[in-house]
Amino acid sequence: MAREEQKKDVVIVGLGWTGSILGMELAQEGLDIVALERGPDQDTVPDFKYPNMIDELRYGVRTKLMQQPSQQTLTIRRTLDETALPYRKLGSFLPGNGVGGAGTHWNGLNWRPQEVELKLRSYVTENWGEDIIPEDMLLGDYPVTYDELEPHFDRFEYVAGISGQAGNLNGRTVAGGNPFEGWRSRDFPMPPMQATWDGTKFGEAAAAMGYHPFPAPAGIASTAYVNEYGMQMGPCNFCGFCERFGCYQYSKSSPQTAILDALKRQPNFSYRTHSEVLRVEMAEDGKTARGVTYFDEEAQEEVFQPADIVILASYQLNNAHLLLLSGIGEPYNPSTGEGVTGKSYAYQMNGGISLFFKDEHFNPFVGHGANGMALDDFGMNNIDFGTEGFIGGAYWRAGTFNGQPIRSMRLPGGTPGWGAGWKAGIKEWYGHSMSMGSHGSHMAYRHNYVDLDPTYKDRHGRPLMRLTFNWHDNDLRMNQFMKEKMEPLAASMNPDSMGVGFKGPGAQYDVRPYQTTHNTGGYIMSENPQEGVVNRYCQTWDAHNVFVTGAGNFVQNTQYNPTGLVGGLAYWTAEAIRTQYLSNPRPLV
Amino acid sequence: MNEPPGYPSRRSFLKATAAGFALTGIAASAQAQTAEPPPPLEEYEPEYFTAEEWAFIMAATARLIPSEGDGPGALECRVPVFIDRQLAGDYGSADDWYMVGPHVPDADPQLGWQTPLDPAQVYREGIMAFDIWCEQQHGANFAALTPEQQDAALVSLQEGEVALQPEIRDFFNLLLANTKEGYFADPIYGGNYGMQSWVYIGFPGARAAFREWAGRHNEPYPLGPVSISGERA
Repeated sequence: MAREEQKKDVVIVGLGWTGSILGMELAQEGLDIVALERGPDQDTVPDFKYPNMIDELRYGVRTKLMQQPSQQTLTIRRTLDETALPYRKLGSFLPGNGVGGAGTHWNGLNWRPQEVELKLRSYVTENWGEDIIPEDMLLGDYPVTYDELEPHFDRFEYVAGISGQAGNLNGRTVAGGNPFEGWRSRDFPMPPMQATWDGTKFGEAAAAMGYHPFPAPAGIASTAYVNEYGMQMGPCNFCGFCERFGCYQYSKSSPQTAILDALKRQPNFSYRTHSEVLRVEMAEDGKTARGVTYFDEEAQEEVFQPADIVILASYQLNNAHLLLLSGIGEPYNPSTGEGVTGKSYAYQMNGGISLFFKDEHFNPFVGHGANGMALDDFGMNNIDFGTEGFIGGAYWRAGTFNGQPIRSMRLPGGTPGWGAGWKAGIKEWYGHSMSMGSHGSHMAYRHNYVDLDPTYKDRHGRPLMRLTFNWHDNDLRMNQFMKEKMEPLAASMNPDSMGVGFKGPGAQYDVRPYQTTHNTGGYIMSENPQEGVVNRYCQTWDAHNVFVTGAGNFVQNTQYNPTGLVGGLAYWTAEAIRTQYLSNPRPLV
Repeated sequence: MNEPPGYPSRRSFLKATAAGFALTGIAASAQAQTAEPPPPLEEYEPEYFTAEEWAFIMAATARLIPSEGDGPGALECRVPVFIDRQLAGDYGSADDWYMVGPHVPDADPQLGWQTPLDPAQVYREGIMAFDIWCEQQHGANFAALTPEQQDAALVSLQEGEVALQPEIRDFFNLLLANTKEGYFADPIYGGNYGMQSWVYIGFPGARAAFREWAGRHNEPYPLGPVSISGERA
């Protein structure tokens, strides 16, 4: 018999970006709110303080800020014929853990999607017809438009503290920004970060080829900054310890720097750490949730937390798992195409080129997670899908994240992996190379999905979630297109040598190397209950008092890093709850 | 932009900078290296490895990152100590990993770590199996071979020519990865002694403050490394 806590108006599962946003917005409505966080409490001081955080082995290699598979993981297979096996040791993606969630350890690459990406099916069919859509691709429109989300993208950027240069102000092209971006109602809250040598070289070479480089938009403070909640950021010092680390400088946009201290002062908000939510408890009628049951690590017991509104705000993988375990939405069946929960898992299709310049000094330890110059000339809205034979796009960027030597030791092809040749190579090449990357879209497919694993269990005895995922030709063709376009640009910079890394035809998903923590889908937004798990307000079709946030809402993944869209959707959802739901709790669609 | 209240005037800023610079100068010259040198590797008492295993680790890491030529080798950086301490700790026992069965150790390698063994066990069994192979191929265990024979044996191990059970097929990759980790990690973990690898390649370690360097393009960075515990080199 689980212990029962006092009822709350709202229970929020997970205290990362979206949990903090929803907590803050709903606390302002006077609601009594509790957030349940699976991991530990963590804040800039003492948890991210200098010099302890500047530890590549502990945080970069042993990933001590992340969700550990011993606590929670999933199983993975590439095809329906394969037996899924546990993701026993982190590799391909790194889910966060603890207060701040992935907002603690991300790089700060903050983008808005393009207008066409939110209406991609319509855009494709209107311009090229249905015939160009591969048979097994689940190409969809988001049930919300860019224009509707713009105020919320703006709000998130101003809360999080994003540095950048507008390229499209209310439809007017602004020199120095991204001319291909969606319109902005106002400029970024902070001017762009200065680019290091690699990004600058890339920008100059790109401009010489007629492309349109601009400073990458960064959740990294270029100046001192105070946001609407009174939270302060200090300018970044290019310490080179962003991704996988907490920021010791109050410079990286995160729940800690942008929201949490203000949220903790709200008397009607509280949070409990080491409280892992096990499932959502449904009411007798199956139309609403009663609350959630969680495991209290300290007391070593299950606890029922009743609430009028349940917000699943944990990471995409965990939200999808909770929906499956709680029976919210019909589980998706890839054979029939019926069901919704678990459908349309997508990822990211990336490639890159390393360039070696033996006589140039790049000081790769000078950097941050969203450093450098980018271009969008090969973005979604710039490609003729009919001619090129794929649906997709990518942005390119060059700018060093870090020069941490265990993981960031680029060496020219042919350099031995060990021995005297390796030792000579690291001296010769460390600090004398740069890279440029293509960060591309990923579509949803009939056989890329998540469900519950038949064999493996977690420490609570719950089935692990099972991911079935493999690369598809459409996205691999997109990647090869980027390679063909990027090679001439790289060559124009006259490096001593180059290393090209783009997945091509026949590539199988490999869980071992880190790729990206941009796992999307599983509980997508939809116009109707037959196609997705949540409606346009991220309210579940099944239970009107359950809202689910995060990249799991993505109909298919965009060509950008997901956080900007995740943050915008969180503010959009908060507004819907505040202005439409609280006065009359009901299905909003 | 208006200056916020309490913002120091340019004059006081310049004074502060001059004082700060002077202090930094003193600190840099007055800072001593770690006082007590650690015991030689031959006298180190391993926390995890047996004496035979320790001899293997000393010999193998010495070939993976040799001492000859420019720059420190694995032994000068005390990489064996790093590996021993890692395997004696939570990494060696895979505390963070999901180790629940059933296990399929011969699964497609692309599905990742699937052996029931933890890293410490992979080393123990891997060293044993590899030494038996060295005896069969070269008439002596790995540590007793000539450097040339050791290199050839390591190539065989890397290329998959040493028949290993699937449970320990990742042994070489683990050994090489951990050797490089010990070479480059902060000295608090027992390797990278004296920050020698950082000095060698030009990585400033835990300095982590480069604001004025973002715009100093194609210019070598002049300062040596610092470590988490405050050493300088």
